[in-house]
Amino acid sequence: MSEIKNSMTDTVMDALGDVKDPEIASVSILDLGMIHEVEVTDGKAKVSVLPTFSGCPALHIIERDIKKALESVEGIESAEVNFVFTPSWTTDRITPEGRERLKEFGISPPPANHVMGEPWEIDCPYCGSTYVTMENIFGPTACRSILYCKSCKNPFEAMKPVADMG
Amino acid sequence: MTQETLKPQEKAALIELLYQMGDDDFILSFRGSEWLGLAPHIEEDVAFSSISQDMMGHANLYYHLLEDLGEGEADRLAHLRSPDQFRNAIILEEVNGPGTYLKEPEYDWAFAVVRNYFYAVHKQIRLDSLRHSSYGPLAEAARKIMTEQYYHLMHWEIWFKQLMTSTDEAIQRMNAAIEKVWKDFGGVLTLGPSYAEIVKANLIDDEAVMKKRWTNKMEAVLKEVGAGYPGEPRMERGNGRNGVHTDDLKQALSTLSEVYATNPATGW
Repeated sequence: MSEIKNSMTDTVMDALGDVKDPEIASVSILDLGMIHEVEVTDGKAKVSVLPTFSGCPALHIIERDIKKALESVEGIESAEVNFVFTPSWTTDRITPEGRERLKEFGISPPPANHVMGEPWEIDCPYCGSTYVTMENIFGPTACRSILYCKSCKNPFEAMKPVADMG
Repeated sequence: MTQETLKPQEKAALIELLYQMGDDDFILSFRGSEWLGLAPHIEEDVAFSSISQDMMGHANLYYHLLEDLGEGEADRLAHLRSPDQFRNAIILEEVNGPGTYLKEPEYDWAFAVVRNYFYAVHKQIRLDSLRHSSYGPLAEAARKIMTEQYYHLMHWEIWFKQLMTSTDEAIQRMNAAIEKVWKDFGGVLTLGPSYAEIVKANLIDDEAVMKKRWTNKMEAVLKEVGAGYPGEPRMERGNGRNGVHTDDLKQALSTLSEVYATNPATGW
């Protein structure tokens, strides 16, 4: 890959950093680890995206927003978005910045290294207490659970851990 | 195998299998969505609708695999096929109970728990097998679906075990639901008339092997909650894999496609 292409990819990555999850306004799809590959050739960008949950109704919006963001980058004429399932999106793909921004939104980030089936420790995103109860493993969106902090008496949400099951 | 290396008879078997699994998830997800606002408590409404949404996503994945194989657009596959073109098991299309979600819904929660739990157990077995499917894109989709199905199975297992060890009324209603589901659950466990080709193409394990896994698990769970084992699961109303269905499917499809069918050319 030439240097020009490399710098182009950086610009593309910057633009992708502005595309937010429509259901979690503070977190970008880059923070969530949803971007698998970006390829720019002759003004055409190709982005492969890993869906978080398969029934996620936000995927169409994400696709539209990626196209819009990239097509406004100088030197890019068109952008193509493909959803792929390999590798699987897992919650360990969320960046450290993404984890902090989830907390700002009142969502406790999932454990970084989770083994499916093992207990899952969740801290309150507001006060950091571990004295919390799970109200509902399902939540307002496919990727979240509903919890309550017994220490600071706040309801909050947590992102469900998703690990590769082999 | 990939789309390019599939032999014609393997492709035909794959298409058949994808319709079965897509239609199973699709129709049970629709029945689940009819419960919205009617579940026993608000947290269950949140959970059940989330599960239904995931399952509709799973059906969508299978329909997209069919689209890639030249079967037509996924949305059209969901909305515009006639009932006899559906390959889901009959027990999954059955109404939730008397009434409709709009008018006097006297839905049966025990039936919802039993049907969804039994199905989730089988779905897990099916997905475990599909991870090693000879068709790469199907194995990939299965791995994705598993991460979500994990939570569904856990959810229905909790309901099942708790109600089966609860009050006399709960136990009696659950037992009636088990009896009802058992009569037709054999339809979920079969791979239908293309069974031999599906297995020969190494798309999924032999149906006899998967059925054994399901009955073993059921025997263990029923024993754990102190219930008897009802024997061989049956298929009293026919095999949905053959396109045999009840009026309940007709009703479901006409309701869920009502808007889409007004103008299939529009982007909904």
